Amino acid sequence: MAVYLLRRLVFLLVSLLLASAVLFALLRLLPGDPANALLSVGATAEQIQAARQSIGSDLPLGQQFVTWLGHIFTLDLGTSFISGVPVGPDIASRLVVTIPLTLISFVLAVLIAVPVGYVAARRSHRWYGITLSGVSQFGLAVPIFWIGILLISYFALTLRALPAGGFPRQDWADPLDAIRSLTLPVITITIVMTASITRYVRSATLDVLGSDYLRTARSLGASFRQAMWHHGLRNASVPVVAILGIELATTFLGAVVVESVFALPGLGNMLLTGIAQHDYPVIQGVLLVSTFLVLIVGFIADVVQRLIDPRLRGNMTGQRVAVVR
Amino acid sequence: MGLIIAIAIVSLLYQPYDPSDTSGGRLVAPSLAHWAGTDQLGRDLLTRLMMGAKIALLAGGGSVIIGGVLGIVLGLGAAFATRWLDDTLSAVLDILIAFPTLLLAMLVIAAQGASLGSAVLAIGLAMSAIVARLVRILAKRVLAQDYITAARTSGSSWPSIIGHHILPNIWPTVLVSLAIQFGAAVLAEASLSYLGLGAPPPNPSWGALLQQAQATVYTAPFGAIAPGILLVLLVVGMNLLADGLRDVGDPTQRRRA
Repeated sequence: MAVYLLRRLVFLLVSLLLASAVLFALLRLLPGDPANALLSVGATAEQIQAARQSIGSDLPLGQQFVTWLGHIFTLDLGTSFISGVPVGPDIASRLVVTIPLTLISFVLAVLIAVPVGYVAARRSHRWYGITLSGVSQFGLAVPIFWIGILLISYFALTLRALPAGGFPRQDWADPLDAIRSLTLPVITITIVMTASITRYVRSATLDVLGSDYLRTARSLGASFRQAMWHHGLRNASVPVVAILGIELATTFLGAVVVESVFALPGLGNMLLTGIAQHDYPVIQGVLLVSTFLVLIVGFIADVVQRLIDPRLRGNMTGQRVAVVR
Repeated sequence: MGLIIAIAIVSLLYQPYDPSDTSGGRLVAPSLAHWAGTDQLGRDLLTRLMMGAKIALLAGGGSVIIGGVLGIVLGLGAAFATRWLDDTLSAVLDILIAFPTLLLAMLVIAAQGASLGSAVLAIGLAMSAIVARLVRILAKRVLAQDYITAARTSGSSWPSIIGHHILPNIWPTVLVSLAIQFGAAVLAEASLSYLGLGAPPPNPSWGALLQQAQATVYTAPFGAIAPGILLVLLVVGMNLLADGLRDVGDPTQRRRA
Protein backbone atom coordinates (compact mmCIF):
# COMPACT_ATOMS: atom_id res chain seq x y z
CA MET A 1 0.00 0.00 0.00
CA ALA A 2 2.74 2.46 0.95
CA VAL A 3 4.56 1.80 -2.31
CA TYR A 4 1.36 2.22 -4.22
CA LEU A 5 0.54 5.48 -2.44
CA LEU A 6 3.96 6.80 -3.30
CA ARG A 7 3.67 5.78 -6.94
CA ARG A 8 0.18 7.18 -7.24
CA LEU A 9 1.39 10.39 -5.63
CA VAL A 10 4.16 10.70 -8.21
CA PHE A 11 1.57 10.04 -10.90
CA LEU A 12 -0.58 12.81 -9.41
CA LEU A 13 2.33 15.24 -9.43
CA VAL A 14 3.21 14.36 -13.02
CA SER A 15 -0.36 14.87 -14.14
CA LEU A 16 -0.53 18.18 -12.28
CA LEU A 17 2.60 19.30 -14.10
CA LEU A 18 1.25 18.01 -17.41
CA ALA A 19 -2.06 19.74 -16.85
CA SER A 20 -0.33 23.06 -16.18
CA ALA A 21 1.70 22.64 -19.35
CA VAL A 22 -1.40 21.88 -21.43
CA LEU A 23 -3.25 24.81 -19.88
CA PHE A 24 -0.36 27.10 -20.56
CA ALA A 25 -0.05 25.96 -24.18
CA LEU A 26 -3.78 26.20 -24.86
CA LEU A 27 -4.08 29.68 -23.47
CA ARG A 28 -1.15 30.90 -25.55
CA LEU A 29 -3.22 29.93 -28.59
CA LEU A 30 -5.50 32.85 -27.74
CA PRO A 31 -5.50 35.16 -30.70
CA GLY A 32 -3.54 38.31 -30.02
CA ASP A 33 -1.27 39.24 -27.18
CA PRO A 34 -2.67 39.04 -23.67
CA ALA A 35 -1.29 42.53 -23.19
CA ASN A 36 -4.06 43.80 -25.48
CA ALA A 37 -6.49 43.46 -22.61
CA LEU A 38 -4.53 46.12 -20.73
CA LEU A 39 -4.62 48.61 -23.55
CA SER A 40 -7.21 50.85 -25.06
CA VAL A 41 -7.68 51.27 -28.79
CA GLY A 42 -5.00 53.42 -30.39
CA ALA A 43 -2.23 52.69 -27.93
CA THR A 44 1.22 53.74 -29.10
CA ALA A 45 3.99 51.27 -29.82
CA GLU A 46 5.76 52.26 -26.59
CA GLN A 47 2.62 51.71 -24.55
CA ILE A 48 2.22 48.27 -26.10
CA GLN A 49 5.83 47.47 -25.34
CA ALA A 50 5.44 48.66 -21.75
CA ALA A 51 2.29 46.61 -21.27
CA ARG A 52 3.94 43.50 -22.64
CA GLN A 53 6.89 44.03 -20.36
CA SER A 54 4.72 44.53 -17.32
CA ILE A 55 3.10 41.12 -17.74
CA GLY A 56 6.12 39.44 -19.27
CA SER A 57 4.50 38.41 -22.56
CA ASP A 58 7.56 39.73 -24.47
CA LEU A 59 9.73 36.94 -23.07
CA PRO A 60 10.30 33.64 -24.90
CA LEU A 61 7.54 31.06 -24.29
CA GLY A 62 9.78 28.63 -22.41
CA GLN A 63 10.86 31.31 -20.01
CA GLN A 64 7.25 32.43 -19.51
CA PHE A 65 6.31 28.89 -18.62
CA VAL A 66 9.09 28.47 -16.09
CA THR A 67 8.23 31.80 -14.49
CA TRP A 68 4.60 30.75 -14.32
CA LEU A 69 5.46 27.41 -12.71
CA GLY A 70 7.57 29.27 -10.17
CA HIS A 71 4.62 31.48 -9.38
CA ILE A 72 2.36 28.47 -8.92
CA PHE A 73 4.73 27.00 -6.36
CA THR A 74 4.63 30.21 -4.39
CA LEU A 75 0.83 30.25 -4.78
CA ASP A 76 1.02 33.51 -6.69
CA LEU A 77 -1.52 33.47 -9.50
CA GLY A 78 -1.02 37.04 -10.61
CA THR A 79 -3.49 39.92 -10.50
CA SER A 80 -6.58 40.50 -12.58
CA PHE A 81 -6.05 42.76 -15.61
CA ILE A 82 -9.44 44.34 -15.17
CA SER A 83 -9.92 44.83 -11.45
CA GLY A 84 -6.30 44.65 -10.29
CA VAL A 85 -7.34 42.21 -7.54
CA PRO A 86 -4.89 39.37 -6.84
CA VAL A 87 -6.29 36.19 -8.39
CA GLY A 88 -5.27 33.75 -5.65
CA PRO A 89 -7.15 35.36 -2.73
CA ASP A 90 -10.09 36.07 -5.02
CA ILE A 91 -10.33 32.36 -5.89
CA ALA A 92 -10.09 31.48 -2.21
CA SER A 93 -13.02 33.77 -1.41
CA ARG A 94 -15.07 32.17 -4.21
CA LEU A 95 -14.36 28.69 -2.94
CA VAL A 96 -16.20 29.64 0.23
CA VAL A 97 -19.33 29.48 -1.93
CA THR A 98 -18.47 26.77 -4.45
CA ILE A 99 -17.10 24.13 -2.09
CA PRO A 100 -20.04 24.06 0.35
CA LEU A 101 -22.43 24.11 -2.62
CA THR A 102 -20.73 21.12 -4.21
CA LEU A 103 -20.07 19.10 -1.08
CA ILE A 104 -23.54 19.49 0.45
CA SER A 105 -25.18 18.47 -2.84
CA PHE A 106 -22.77 15.58 -3.16
CA VAL A 107 -23.46 14.20 0.31
CA LEU A 108 -27.22 14.60 -0.13
CA ALA A 109 -27.13 12.93 -3.54
CA VAL A 110 -25.15 9.97 -2.22
CA LEU A 111 -27.48 9.57 0.76
CA ILE A 112 -30.50 9.49 -1.53
CA ALA A 113 -29.05 7.67 -4.53
CA VAL A 114 -27.53 4.66 -2.77
CA PRO A 115 -30.75 3.34 -1.19
CA VAL A 116 -32.84 4.35 -4.21
CA GLY A 117 -30.47 2.67 -6.65
CA TYR A 118 -30.37 -0.42 -4.47
CA VAL A 119 -34.15 -0.69 -4.35
CA ALA A 120 -34.40 -0.03 -8.09
CA ALA A 121 -32.11 -3.02 -8.67
CA ARG A 122 -33.44 -5.34 -5.99
CA ARG A 123 -37.02 -4.79 -7.12
CA SER A 124 -36.24 -4.32 -10.79
CA HIS A 125 -39.33 -6.27 -11.81
CA ARG A 126 -41.76 -4.56 -9.48
CA TRP A 127 -43.56 -1.45 -10.56
CA TYR A 128 -41.73 0.78 -8.09
CA GLY A 129 -38.35 -0.53 -9.13
CA ILE A 130 -39.16 0.23 -12.74
CA THR A 131 -40.56 3.62 -11.81
CA LEU A 132 -37.44 4.54 -9.84
CA SER A 133 -35.11 3.69 -12.69
CA GLY A 134 -37.42 5.41 -15.17
CA VAL A 135 -37.39 8.58 -13.09
CA SER A 136 -33.61 8.51 -12.78
CA GLN A 137 -33.32 7.99 -16.53
CA PHE A 138 -35.52 11.03 -17.01
CA GLY A 139 -33.56 13.09 -14.49
CA LEU A 140 -30.46 12.61 -16.61
CA ALA A 141 -32.12 14.11 -19.66
CA VAL A 142 -33.19 17.32 -17.94
CA PRO A 143 -30.84 20.27 -18.39
CA ILE A 144 -29.62 21.34 -14.97
CA PHE A 145 -30.21 25.04 -15.55
CA TRP A 146 -33.81 24.39 -16.52
CA ILE A 147 -34.44 22.72 -13.16
CA GLY A 148 -32.92 25.79 -11.58
CA ILE A 149 -35.16 28.16 -13.51
CA LEU A 150 -38.28 26.16 -12.67
CA LEU A 151 -37.35 26.05 -8.97
CA ILE A 152 -36.78 29.79 -8.98
CA SER A 153 -40.05 30.53 -10.66
CA TYR A 154 -41.94 28.42 -8.15
CA PHE A 155 -40.18 28.71 -4.79
CA ALA A 156 -38.73 32.18 -5.18
CA LEU A 157 -41.21 34.03 -7.37
CA THR A 158 -44.54 32.34 -6.70
CA LEU A 159 -44.15 31.23 -3.08
CA ARG A 160 -41.54 33.87 -2.24
CA ALA A 161 -40.12 31.39 0.23
CA LEU A 162 -36.48 31.56 -0.77
CA PRO A 163 -34.19 34.07 -2.48
CA ALA A 164 -34.06 33.77 -6.29
CA GLY A 165 -30.32 34.22 -6.33
CA GLY A 166 -27.32 36.00 -4.92
CA PHE A 167 -25.29 35.36 -1.81
CA PRO A 168 -24.94 37.45 1.34
CA ARG A 169 -22.18 40.00 1.07
CA GLN A 170 -20.62 38.96 4.39
CA ASP A 171 -20.33 35.34 3.20
CA TRP A 172 -20.97 33.07 6.16
CA ALA A 173 -21.19 35.82 8.81
CA ASP A 174 -24.92 35.07 8.99
CA PRO A 175 -25.01 31.31 8.41
CA LEU A 176 -28.80 31.17 8.17
CA ASP A 177 -28.82 33.72 5.36
CA ALA A 178 -26.08 31.87 3.54
CA ILE A 179 -27.91 28.58 3.86
CA ARG A 180 -31.10 30.13 2.56
CA SER A 181 -29.29 31.37 -0.56
CA LEU A 182 -27.74 27.98 -1.10
CA THR A 183 -30.93 25.95 -0.63
CA LEU A 184 -32.30 26.14 -4.17
CA PRO A 185 -28.91 25.70 -5.86
CA VAL A 186 -28.21 22.68 -3.68
CA ILE A 187 -31.59 21.13 -4.53
CA THR A 188 -30.93 21.74 -8.22
CA ILE A 189 -27.55 20.01 -8.22
CA THR A 190 -28.79 17.23 -5.95
CA ILE A 191 -31.61 16.32 -8.33
CA VAL A 192 -29.35 15.83 -11.33
CA MET A 193 -26.57 14.20 -9.35
CA THR A 194 -28.95 11.79 -7.64
CA ALA A 195 -30.35 10.70 -11.00
CA SER A 196 -26.90 9.95 -12.30
CA ILE A 197 -25.55 8.16 -9.22
CA THR A 198 -28.75 6.13 -8.88
CA ARG A 199 -28.18 4.62 -12.30
CA TYR A 200 -24.67 3.49 -11.40
CA VAL A 201 -25.70 2.14 -8.02
CA ARG A 202 -28.53 0.26 -9.70
CA SER A 203 -26.34 -1.31 -12.36
CA ALA A 204 -23.60 -2.20 -9.83
CA THR A 205 -26.22 -3.83 -7.60
CA LEU A 206 -27.71 -5.73 -10.54
CA ASP A 207 -24.25 -7.08 -11.34
CA VAL A 208 -23.82 -8.29 -7.78
CA LEU A 209 -27.31 -9.75 -7.58
CA GLY A 210 -26.64 -11.82 -10.68
CA SER A 211 -23.18 -12.93 -9.56
CA ASP A 212 -22.05 -16.50 -8.98
CA TYR A 213 -20.41 -15.76 -5.63
CA LEU A 214 -23.64 -14.44 -4.18
CA ARG A 215 -25.46 -17.58 -5.27
CA THR A 216 -22.68 -19.75 -3.85
CA ALA A 217 -22.81 -17.94 -0.53
CA ARG A 218 -26.57 -18.40 -0.43
CA SER A 219 -26.29 -22.09 -1.28
CA LEU A 220 -23.82 -22.48 1.59
CA GLY A 221 -26.53 -21.34 3.91
CA ALA A 222 -25.90 -17.63 4.28
CA SER A 223 -29.02 -15.54 4.53
CA PHE A 224 -29.51 -12.96 1.82
CA ARG A 225 -28.56 -10.22 4.27
CA GLN A 226 -25.33 -11.95 5.29
CA ALA A 227 -24.34 -12.72 1.71
CA MET A 228 -25.02 -9.16 0.63
CA TRP A 229 -23.19 -7.70 3.62
CA HIS A 230 -20.09 -9.89 3.35
CA HIS A 231 -19.72 -10.20 -0.41
CA GLY A 232 -22.09 -7.91 -2.22
CA LEU A 233 -21.39 -4.60 -0.57
CA ARG A 234 -17.68 -4.55 -1.19
CA ASN A 235 -17.99 -5.70 -4.78
CA ALA A 236 -20.72 -3.26 -5.64
CA SER A 237 -18.97 -0.32 -4.07
CA VAL A 238 -15.91 -0.34 -6.33
CA PRO A 239 -17.57 0.96 -9.51
CA VAL A 240 -19.75 3.24 -7.41
CA VAL A 241 -16.73 4.87 -5.78
CA ALA A 242 -15.22 5.30 -9.25
CA ILE A 243 -18.29 7.12 -10.47
CA LEU A 244 -18.55 9.16 -7.28
CA GLY A 245 -15.08 10.52 -7.88
CA ILE A 246 -15.97 11.59 -11.38
CA GLU A 247 -19.34 12.95 -10.26
CA LEU A 248 -17.75 15.09 -7.58
CA ALA A 249 -15.21 16.48 -10.02
CA THR A 250 -17.83 17.11 -12.69
CA THR A 251 -20.18 18.77 -10.27
CA PHE A 252 -17.49 21.03 -9.02
CA LEU A 253 -17.39 22.47 -12.52
CA GLY A 254 -21.01 21.82 -13.33
CA ALA A 255 -21.54 24.26 -10.50
CA VAL A 256 -20.57 26.91 -13.07
CA VAL A 257 -23.97 26.58 -14.65
CA VAL A 258 -25.88 26.51 -11.40
CA GLU A 259 -23.92 29.43 -10.01
CA SER A 260 -24.87 31.33 -13.10
CA VAL A 261 -28.57 30.48 -12.73
CA PHE A 262 -28.63 31.68 -9.13
CA ALA A 263 -26.12 34.51 -9.56
CA LEU A 264 -23.84 33.05 -6.90
CA PRO A 265 -20.38 34.60 -6.60
CA GLY A 266 -18.60 31.27 -6.96
CA LEU A 267 -15.63 30.05 -8.91
CA GLY A 268 -17.65 29.42 -12.06
CA ASN A 269 -18.91 32.96 -12.09
CA MET A 270 -15.38 34.23 -11.84
CA LEU A 271 -14.36 32.09 -14.82
CA LEU A 272 -17.27 33.32 -16.93
CA THR A 273 -16.49 36.96 -16.22
CA GLY A 274 -12.86 36.23 -16.94
CA ILE A 275 -13.67 34.74 -20.34
CA ALA A 276 -16.04 37.56 -21.23
CA GLN A 277 -13.46 40.22 -20.35
CA HIS A 278 -10.45 38.36 -21.78
CA ASP A 279 -9.01 38.61 -18.31
CA TYR A 280 -6.03 36.36 -18.80
CA PRO A 281 -4.73 35.78 -15.26
CA VAL A 282 -8.25 35.10 -14.01
CA ILE A 283 -8.97 32.46 -16.69
CA GLN A 284 -5.60 30.86 -16.13
CA GLY A 285 -5.91 30.85 -12.36
CA VAL A 286 -9.44 29.48 -12.17
CA LEU A 287 -8.81 26.76 -14.75
CA LEU A 288 -5.61 25.79 -12.97
CA VAL A 289 -7.21 25.54 -9.56
CA SER A 290 -10.20 23.58 -10.87
CA THR A 291 -8.01 21.20 -12.85
CA PHE A 292 -5.95 20.54 -9.75
CA LEU A 293 -9.07 19.89 -7.72
CA VAL A 294 -10.33 17.45 -10.37
CA LEU A 295 -7.03 15.57 -10.37
CA ILE A 296 -6.88 15.46 -6.59
CA VAL A 297 -10.42 14.10 -6.36
CA GLY A 298 -9.39 11.43 -8.91
CA PHE A 299 -6.42 10.58 -6.72
CA ILE A 300 -8.62 10.13 -3.64
CA ALA A 301 -11.13 8.02 -5.57
CA ASP A 302 -8.36 5.74 -6.84
CA VAL A 303 -6.89 5.24 -3.38
CA VAL A 304 -10.29 4.49 -1.85
CA GLN A 305 -11.05 1.97 -4.61
CA ARG A 306 -7.81 0.20 -3.93
CA LEU A 307 -8.53 0.02 -0.25
CA ILE A 308 -11.84 -1.62 -1.06
CA ASP A 309 -10.67 -3.97 -3.78
CA PRO A 310 -7.26 -5.64 -3.49
CA ARG A 311 -7.69 -7.05 -7.01
CA LEU A 312 -6.89 -3.61 -8.40
CA ARG A 313 -3.31 -4.07 -7.23
CA GLY A 314 -0.96 -3.52 -10.14
CA ASN A 315 -3.23 -1.01 -11.77
CA MET A 316 -2.18 2.55 -11.39
CA THR A 317 -5.61 4.05 -11.69
CA GLY A 318 -8.90 2.59 -10.64
CA GLN A 319 -11.87 1.80 -12.77
CA ARG A 320 -13.05 4.62 -14.94
CA VAL A 321 -16.61 5.16 -15.94
CA ALA A 322 -17.41 7.43 -18.81
CA VAL A 323 -19.86 10.27 -18.55
CA VAL A 324 -20.30 13.43 -20.51
CA ARG A 325 -21.99 16.29 -18.82
CA MET B 1 -37.02 12.43 -31.56
CA GLY B 2 -38.57 12.19 -35.00
CA LEU B 3 -40.71 15.16 -34.03
CA ILE B 4 -37.65 17.32 -33.39
CA ILE B 5 -36.06 16.35 -36.70
CA ALA B 6 -39.34 17.15 -38.42
CA ILE B 7 -39.44 20.55 -36.71
CA ALA B 8 -35.90 21.26 -37.83
CA ILE B 9 -36.66 20.31 -41.42
CA VAL B 10 -39.83 22.38 -41.48
CA SER B 11 -37.90 25.35 -40.10
CA LEU B 12 -35.65 25.21 -43.16
CA LEU B 13 -38.62 25.51 -45.49
CA TYR B 14 -41.09 27.57 -43.60
CA GLN B 15 -40.97 29.93 -40.67
CA PRO B 16 -44.16 31.50 -39.33
CA TYR B 17 -42.37 34.82 -38.87
CA ASP B 18 -39.09 36.33 -39.85
CA PRO B 19 -36.71 35.47 -36.97
CA SER B 20 -35.74 39.11 -36.56
CA ASP B 21 -39.28 40.42 -36.96
CA THR B 22 -40.13 42.32 -33.77
CA SER B 23 -43.66 43.36 -34.70
CA GLY B 24 -45.48 40.91 -32.43
CA GLY B 25 -45.45 42.99 -29.27
CA ARG B 26 -43.25 42.15 -26.30
CA LEU B 27 -43.74 39.11 -24.10
CA VAL B 28 -47.14 38.32 -25.54
CA ALA B 29 -48.58 35.12 -24.10
CA PRO B 30 -49.22 32.21 -26.49
CA SER B 31 -52.06 32.92 -28.91
CA LEU B 32 -53.25 31.90 -32.35
CA ALA B 33 -50.95 34.37 -34.05
CA HIS B 34 -47.96 33.36 -31.90
CA TRP B 35 -48.32 29.77 -30.77
CA ALA B 36 -45.50 29.94 -28.28
CA GLY B 37 -45.74 33.65 -27.48
CA THR B 38 -43.05 36.27 -28.10
CA ASP B 39 -39.84 37.23 -26.31
CA GLN B 40 -38.83 40.52 -24.76
CA LEU B 41 -37.92 41.98 -28.14
CA GLY B 42 -41.20 40.86 -29.67
CA ARG B 43 -39.71 38.05 -31.70
CA ASP B 44 -41.92 35.06 -32.34
CA LEU B 45 -40.85 32.27 -30.00
CA LEU B 46 -42.13 29.43 -32.17
CA THR B 47 -39.85 30.57 -34.98
CA ARG B 48 -36.93 30.79 -32.60
CA LEU B 49 -37.72 27.40 -31.12
CA MET B 50 -37.76 25.89 -34.59
CA MET B 51 -34.41 27.41 -35.41
CA GLY B 52 -33.17 26.16 -32.06
CA ALA B 53 -34.10 22.63 -33.10
CA LYS B 54 -31.77 22.99 -36.04
CA ILE B 55 -28.95 24.22 -33.80
CA ALA B 56 -29.49 21.42 -31.30
CA LEU B 57 -29.34 18.78 -34.03
CA LEU B 58 -26.30 20.42 -35.61
CA ALA B 59 -24.55 20.50 -32.24
CA GLY B 60 -25.39 16.90 -31.47
CA GLY B 61 -24.58 15.67 -34.97
CA GLY B 62 -21.38 17.67 -35.30
CA SER B 63 -20.03 16.51 -31.95
CA VAL B 64 -20.92 12.91 -32.70
CA ILE B 65 -19.15 13.07 -36.06
CA ILE B 66 -16.00 14.62 -34.59
CA GLY B 67 -16.07 12.40 -31.51
CA GLY B 68 -16.95 9.29 -33.50
CA VAL B 69 -14.34 9.61 -36.23
CA LEU B 70 -11.55 10.72 -33.92
CA GLY B 71 -12.54 8.18 -31.30
CA ILE B 72 -12.64 5.25 -33.70
CA VAL B 73 -9.29 6.15 -35.27
CA LEU B 74 -7.63 6.64 -31.88
CA GLY B 75 -9.22 3.53 -30.45
CA LEU B 76 -8.16 1.33 -33.37
CA GLY B 77 -4.73 2.91 -33.24
CA ALA B 78 -4.38 2.04 -29.57
CA ALA B 79 -5.65 -1.50 -30.15
CA PHE B 80 -3.02 -2.12 -32.82
CA ALA B 81 -0.20 -0.15 -31.24
CA THR B 82 2.79 -1.56 -29.44
CA ARG B 83 2.34 -2.06 -25.75
CA TRP B 84 4.17 1.06 -24.75
CA LEU B 85 2.17 3.33 -27.05
CA ASP B 86 -1.04 1.60 -26.06
CA ASP B 87 -0.36 2.18 -22.37
CA THR B 88 0.46 5.82 -22.96
CA LEU B 89 -2.64 6.38 -25.06
CA SER B 90 -4.83 4.67 -22.48
CA ALA B 91 -3.40 6.77 -19.67
CA VAL B 92 -4.03 9.97 -21.65
CA LEU B 93 -7.57 8.84 -22.44
CA ASP B 94 -8.20 8.08 -18.77
CA ILE B 95 -7.12 11.57 -17.79
CA LEU B 96 -9.25 13.09 -20.54
CA ILE B 97 -12.29 11.10 -19.47
CA ALA B 98 -11.91 12.09 -15.84
CA PHE B 99 -11.81 15.66 -17.05
CA PRO B 100 -15.18 17.42 -17.00
CA THR B 101 -16.45 18.14 -20.51
CA LEU B 102 -17.54 21.60 -19.53
CA LEU B 103 -14.05 22.53 -18.37
CA LEU B 104 -12.56 21.25 -21.61
CA ALA B 105 -15.14 23.20 -23.57
CA MET B 106 -14.34 26.36 -21.65
CA LEU B 107 -10.66 25.87 -22.39
CA VAL B 108 -11.34 25.61 -26.12
CA ILE B 109 -13.71 28.56 -25.97
CA ALA B 110 -11.22 30.64 -24.00
CA ALA B 111 -8.73 29.94 -26.78
CA GLN B 112 -11.03 30.11 -29.81
CA GLY B 113 -13.77 32.52 -28.82
CA ALA B 114 -17.42 31.61 -28.34
CA SER B 115 -19.18 30.13 -31.34
CA LEU B 116 -21.19 27.06 -32.24
CA GLY B 117 -18.06 25.68 -33.91
CA SER B 118 -15.95 25.99 -30.75
CA ALA B 119 -18.65 24.38 -28.66
CA VAL B 120 -19.06 21.48 -31.07
CA LEU B 121 -15.30 21.02 -31.39
CA ALA B 122 -14.87 20.95 -27.62
CA ILE B 123 -17.74 18.56 -27.00
CA GLY B 124 -16.55 16.35 -29.86
CA LEU B 125 -13.04 16.22 -28.41
CA ALA B 126 -14.29 15.22 -24.99
CA MET B 127 -16.50 12.60 -26.59
CA SER B 128 -13.69 11.17 -28.70
CA ALA B 129 -11.85 10.05 -25.57
CA ILE B 130 -14.86 8.07 -24.42
CA VAL B 131 -15.45 6.53 -27.85
CA ALA B 132 -11.76 5.75 -28.26
CA ARG B 133 -11.61 3.83 -25.02
CA LEU B 134 -14.67 1.83 -25.93
CA VAL B 135 -13.36 1.07 -29.45
CA ARG B 136 -9.98 0.04 -28.07
CA ILE B 137 -11.47 -2.50 -25.68
CA LEU B 138 -13.89 -3.89 -28.28
CA ALA B 139 -11.27 -4.09 -31.01
CA LYS B 140 -8.83 -5.88 -28.71
CA ARG B 141 -11.49 -8.43 -27.91
CA VAL B 142 -12.09 -9.08 -31.62
CA LEU B 143 -8.37 -9.18 -32.37
CA ALA B 144 -7.92 -12.03 -29.91
CA GLN B 145 -10.33 -14.23 -31.88
CA ASP B 146 -9.12 -17.16 -33.92
CA TYR B 147 -10.74 -16.01 -37.13
CA ILE B 148 -8.45 -12.99 -37.17
CA THR B 149 -5.43 -15.28 -37.12
CA ALA B 150 -7.09 -17.35 -39.83
CA ALA B 151 -7.70 -14.26 -41.95
CA ARG B 152 -4.08 -13.19 -41.46
CA THR B 153 -2.69 -16.58 -42.51
CA SER B 154 -4.90 -16.62 -45.57
CA GLY B 155 -3.27 -13.38 -46.63
CA SER B 156 -5.72 -10.61 -45.75
CA SER B 157 -4.13 -7.24 -45.12
CA TRP B 158 -4.78 -5.39 -41.86
CA PRO B 159 -6.92 -2.72 -43.53
CA SER B 160 -9.13 -5.40 -45.03
CA ILE B 161 -9.38 -7.17 -41.67
CA ILE B 162 -10.45 -3.90 -40.07
CA GLY B 163 -13.05 -3.41 -42.76
CA HIS B 164 -14.34 -6.97 -42.87
CA HIS B 165 -14.04 -8.24 -39.32
CA ILE B 166 -13.39 -5.56 -36.75
CA LEU B 167 -15.71 -2.73 -37.75
CA PRO B 168 -18.77 -4.93 -38.38
CA ASN B 169 -18.22 -6.60 -35.02
CA ILE B 170 -17.82 -3.48 -32.92
CA TRP B 171 -20.23 -1.28 -34.85
CA PRO B 172 -23.49 -2.08 -32.98
CA THR B 173 -22.00 -1.25 -29.57
CA VAL B 174 -20.28 1.87 -30.85
CA LEU B 175 -23.50 3.06 -32.45
CA VAL B 176 -25.40 2.71 -29.18
CA SER B 177 -22.74 4.66 -27.37
CA LEU B 178 -22.81 7.38 -30.04
CA ALA B 179 -26.58 7.66 -29.70
CA ILE B 180 -26.25 8.25 -25.96
CA GLN B 181 -23.44 10.71 -26.54
CA PHE B 182 -25.64 12.60 -28.99
CA GLY B 183 -28.09 13.40 -26.21
CA ALA B 184 -25.30 14.33 -23.86
CA ALA B 185 -23.79 16.61 -26.50
CA VAL B 186 -27.09 18.42 -27.00
CA LEU B 187 -27.30 19.01 -23.25
CA ALA B 188 -23.70 20.20 -23.11
CA GLU B 189 -24.29 22.64 -25.97
CA ALA B 190 -27.42 23.94 -24.26
CA SER B 191 -25.43 24.51 -21.05
CA LEU B 192 -22.76 26.37 -22.95
CA SER B 193 -25.28 28.57 -24.77
CA TYR B 194 -27.05 29.18 -21.49
CA LEU B 195 -23.76 30.51 -20.15
CA GLY B 196 -23.37 32.60 -23.29
CA LEU B 197 -20.48 30.49 -24.55
CA GLY B 198 -22.29 28.80 -27.43
CA ALA B 199 -23.59 30.19 -30.70
CA PRO B 200 -23.60 33.99 -30.25
CA PRO B 201 -26.89 35.96 -30.42
CA PRO B 202 -29.17 36.35 -32.28
CA ASN B 203 -28.79 32.58 -32.78
CA PRO B 204 -31.61 31.02 -30.82
CA SER B 205 -30.10 27.89 -29.28
CA TRP B 206 -32.48 26.40 -26.73
CA GLY B 207 -29.98 27.09 -23.99
CA ALA B 208 -29.83 30.74 -25.01
CA LEU B 209 -33.63 30.91 -25.16
CA LEU B 210 -33.82 29.60 -21.60
CA GLN B 211 -31.30 32.13 -20.45
CA GLN B 212 -33.38 34.90 -22.02
CA ALA B 213 -36.55 33.49 -20.54
CA GLN B 214 -35.07 33.40 -17.05
CA ALA B 215 -34.85 37.19 -17.01
CA THR B 216 -38.58 37.46 -17.62
CA VAL B 217 -39.73 34.29 -15.91
CA TYR B 218 -41.98 36.17 -13.50
CA THR B 219 -43.94 38.13 -16.11
CA ALA B 220 -43.79 35.56 -18.89
CA PRO B 221 -43.25 32.03 -17.57
CA PHE B 222 -44.27 30.42 -20.90
CA GLY B 223 -40.89 31.28 -22.46
CA ALA B 224 -39.08 29.08 -19.96
CA ILE B 225 -41.23 26.02 -20.50
CA ALA B 226 -41.08 25.15 -24.19
CA PRO B 227 -37.30 25.08 -24.76
CA GLY B 228 -36.81 22.94 -21.68
CA ILE B 229 -39.48 20.46 -22.70
CA LEU B 230 -38.03 20.18 -26.20
CA LEU B 231 -34.57 19.56 -24.78
CA VAL B 232 -35.84 16.84 -22.47
CA LEU B 233 -37.83 15.26 -25.30
CA LEU B 234 -34.84 15.20 -27.60
CA VAL B 235 -32.51 13.69 -25.03
CA VAL B 236 -35.01 11.14 -23.71
CA GLY B 237 -35.84 10.23 -27.32
CA MET B 238 -32.18 9.74 -28.10
CA ASN B 239 -31.67 7.56 -25.01
CA LEU B 240 -34.69 5.44 -25.91
CA LEU B 241 -33.34 5.12 -29.44
CA ALA B 242 -30.05 3.94 -27.95
CA ASP B 243 -31.89 1.35 -25.86
CA GLY B 244 -33.72 0.19 -28.96
CA LEU B 245 -30.49 -0.07 -30.92
CA ARG B 246 -28.95 -2.07 -28.11
CA ASP B 247 -31.82 -4.54 -28.17
CA VAL B 248 -31.56 -4.91 -31.93
CA GLY B 249 -27.78 -5.22 -31.89
CA ASP B 250 -27.41 -7.50 -28.89
CA PRO B 251 -30.40 -9.48 -27.67
CA THR B 252 -28.48 -10.80 -24.65
CA GLN B 253 -28.34 -7.33 -23.15
CA ARG B 254 -32.09 -6.90 -23.21
CA ARG B 255 -33.70 -5.51 -20.08
CA ARG B 256 -30.49 -4.18 -18.57
CA ALA B 257 -29.75 -0.54 -17.96
